[in-house]
Amino acid sequence: MTDIDQYLISEEPFYQEQGEEVALYEAAYAERLPVMLKGPTGCGKSRFVEHMAWKLKRPLITVACNEDMTASDLVGRYLLDADGTRWMDGPLTTAARIGAICYLDEIVEARQDTTVVIHPLTDHRRQMPLDKKGEVVNAHPDFQLVISYNPGYQSLMKDLKQSTKQRFSAMHFEYAPVDVEVKIIVKETGIDAETAARLVQVGETARNLKGHGLDEGISTRLLVYAARLINRGIAARPACRMALVDPITDDTDIRSTLHHAIDAVFA
Amino acid sequence: MGMSDDQLEQYRGQLTCNFEQLDHVFADCMTEAEALLTPQGIKAYLEGASLVCMIGRGFEPVLVYLEEMPEVADMLGEETLELISQTVWKISRSPNGKAILPFLQTVAEAARRLGSAELLEHYVEFVLDFMERTTGSIHGFHTTIPSPGLPELLERMPQLLNTLSLQGIRNWTAYGLRHYSDHPERQRDYFSLQSADSRAILQRERHGTLFVDHERQLDLYMQALWQDKEHFVPYSSAFDELRKPMPYYDALGIRVPDVYDDRNGISGINRYRALLAHIAAHKRWTTPQIADNYSPFQRIAIEFFEDSRVEHMAMQVYPGLREIFMALHPVPEEGACQPEKESCIRHRLAMFSRAVLDPEHGYTNPDLLEFVDRFNEVIAQDEHSTKDVAALAISYIARTRRQADLAANIYFTDTEVDYRDDNRHMWRFIEEGDEEEMFEEERRPESDEEIEGLPPRHYPEWDYKSKTFRPNWVSLYESLHPAGDAAHIDELLTRHSALAKRLKQIMDLLKPQQYVRVRYQEEGSELDLDVAIRSLIDFKAGSNPDPRINMSHRTDGRDIAVTLLIDLSESINQVPEGCNQSILELSQEAVALLGWAIETLGDEFAIAGFSSNTRHEVRYQHIKGFSEHWDDEVKGRLAAIQAGYSTRMGAALRHSGHYLASRKADKKLLLVLTDGEPSDIDEPDEKALIHDARKAVQELDQDGIYTYCINLDPHADDYVADIFGNQFTVIDRVERLPEKLPQLFMSLTR
Repeated sequence: MTDIDQYLISEEPFYQEQGEEVALYEAAYAERLPVMLKGPTGCGKSRFVEHMAWKLKRPLITVACNEDMTASDLVGRYLLDADGTRWMDGPLTTAARIGAICYLDEIVEARQDTTVVIHPLTDHRRQMPLDKKGEVVNAHPDFQLVISYNPGYQSLMKDLKQSTKQRFSAMHFEYAPVDVEVKIIVKETGIDAETAARLVQVGETARNLKGHGLDEGISTRLLVYAARLINRGIAARPACRMALVDPITDDTDIRSTLHHAIDAVFA
Repeated sequence: MGMSDDQLEQYRGQLTCNFEQLDHVFADCMTEAEALLTPQGIKAYLEGASLVCMIGRGFEPVLVYLEEMPEVADMLGEETLELISQTVWKISRSPNGKAILPFLQTVAEAARRLGSAELLEHYVEFVLDFMERTTGSIHGFHTTIPSPGLPELLERMPQLLNTLSLQGIRNWTAYGLRHYSDHPERQRDYFSLQSADSRAILQRERHGTLFVDHERQLDLYMQALWQDKEHFVPYSSAFDELRKPMPYYDALGIRVPDVYDDRNGISGINRYRALLAHIAAHKRWTTPQIADNYSPFQRIAIEFFEDSRVEHMAMQVYPGLREIFMALHPVPEEGACQPEKESCIRHRLAMFSRAVLDPEHGYTNPDLLEFVDRFNEVIAQDEHSTKDVAALAISYIARTRRQADLAANIYFTDTEVDYRDDNRHMWRFIEEGDEEEMFEEERRPESDEEIEGLPPRHYPEWDYKSKTFRPNWVSLYESLHPAGDAAHIDELLTRHSALAKRLKQIMDLLKPQQYVRVRYQEEGSELDLDVAIRSLIDFKAGSNPDPRINMSHRTDGRDIAVTLLIDLSESINQVPEGCNQSILELSQEAVALLGWAIETLGDEFAIAGFSSNTRHEVRYQHIKGFSEHWDDEVKGRLAAIQAGYSTRMGAALRHSGHYLASRKADKKLLLVLTDGEPSDIDEPDEKALIHDARKAVQELDQDGIYTYCINLDPHADDYVADIFGNQFTVIDRVERLPEKLPQLFMSLTR
């Protein structure tokens, strides 16, 4: 039998609530509604799921989706062994059996035909037919499916089918408002509030450039990285360049503008 | 200053020059020379002056030499003394005597700008070279006509030295020499900076941070730091010496200088950013005031105070701006302005502004200090507005008022803050006064006529002699070709129905059918052995095998964008030998077949025609666009094509390339159908346009556009390879064009 303990989260992951998302999620979980988390990269979607799993004391199985992922990577497959073949559950099946929260991160990265396998689990049936094995897994009463999805990709190819979208309740995440984001950085890294506020200000300048050569702004996660580098004794400017500018762009004009913004903010 | 009369007498003896006026100034000049020069230097100095005197051009050259040279020699070394006098001598041996005085007058400025003896030597060489190349000779009488451009050039030299490097000046003059060496009038225009191309070249050669190169960065800056989207309108600072234009903004956008040099350790781009920060701060925090309520002095004070206030707020948001502002803001010296003699109003205000910006200003004037404190109190509050500082500004002006403030003699030194705009946005005028200017409000398009077609696009043209581009040399007008009778084209197609059938067969073969292998499939049509074996090994080794051991196939689609560019110059009206149709008609048939064929294939396809009537009018006629289908409208336009004028190919190639470049197709093809070499009536050098077309083809190649020429000129071998490399076909028997053209296209894209 699967070891459930390994999926349990023992320590509270820090999550700064911005609205009433915790209550909303708790209600959705109580009804076992599938939840879709939308929002730009690095704004705290995954952290939120971890936090909720901890709060609800449910095991959490996370799958990072990618283009090469097939349906059997989720469902499970037969493997050969010395005695013949042996069925091995995929992460989704495992979660359905043990009553875990299954979190499919960046679901649009998976091909659309792959994601169709989640359909029977996400409506009233709450079943998982394993056609290769000839078994129908009835989901554990505590099982819930959560997916995350970044609508920022301006690509026709990377969107969810309507039939998939319409199975979920959705929560929209944005980068936290300035004062909240400052709190997050302070709490995550222990940096002083003033430096954190300046980091957020740099982040804001980059977010203003979204669509002007930047696909996404500087995420809260990167701001936290910058704060950590500063905590290590790196001066603010090089730390910001390393953590905030160079990862997100190769465009020299944008680099130069952001470098100037850093100089202007960290006088 | 002890120079004995004896000594002076002795010096005077060494200077062979008998002008009376000399005696008045000689003592002063020698005092300066003695202070700056060594004894050998003085000797060379006096010898040089004697030489300048000997040329017989009056007293003035001698005077300039005597006055300027000690300083130059002190700055760059004493060998310059002889260099300059010898140069004057050389000029005097040519018919360019008139240029001597202007030359001497540039020496001091050149020395200051260039800063080394070596560069000064280069400068002198350059002037002599210029003189030699522009001094004319007619019928073997050697160098008898003075250089028309030299005096003009020398007159402009201080300004040129200010804006260009020596290399830049050289490039700029080289261009003028190349084009106008045989045309005295135009040469004068060019070198006195009157003609448009002269200014354009000058602009290109300027040093510093050019606005055009950094426009996007500045857009990004406004967007990122100020969430503002503004239109920038650059103005040139190169030509207006007297009335220096200032940055400003109004409803039409932000006017910015076209170039900034680095200053006080602040790079040009940061100077632009300082300017934009200042303007953005105004836009955010300034509320316009009623100008009629204040006197001019009050207004200027309010402007200074408000500038300081918005900058303070900008620095609250971006503390790093302080460093830039501090470096760029002038530091007026306390007491430098004498309030009895001149109007110190600007000086007082600039000191105030500096004191607000820089807490370590060190000024002691009690009024100033009091008002700086009061100002700081105002801006320390949470809420403050333009009105608050306006009140303060008025009392400052009232408190520090002096009689001489009204004097016409205004003290300007160190009072101009050049990253600030002129604050015209701050004022609302209720009554029209004489100081109000109506800026650009009445500018309307002059008339509504001739707006058919798009505004002209300007393209550069390659000058193969100088290996440079002539900036914005060609004006290209694009318009929709007038429509004719579409049935005509259908008729042509029916006439060639046999050919059309044959083409159809070839096309069926061309349709997408290439197989492409798609690997790593869990389910596919065949086992992919490589992957299968790898998987088995993984499995035997005990790790998780990759189940995607199959592969499948798919057919590959064509992804081509094609533009057909038709030469519509006069020559295609000709009926070639052995034909009963003109080239124009044959082209029509050929294009009709090709258009039909490509439509069947489904490739993206555009057709355009071009002709030219001098560089000011290249016509580019739109016949079919990429998104249009091969329908009656397109056929109608094709039926109506007419020939006229000349063949300036480069601009048309660049323009088609500009459209093709924005297509998303994998392969881009530009077909050029022409019957002769590029030429135009305003270009006497027949090679020039060939070289330009070649350059255009190379540019397209760099953009990933494949250019191919179908040439109907039997003599095309002489030039077509020069332009298109080996990407061309010459069709000798023009009557077979309708058949050849589609075939050619298909073999190109097979």
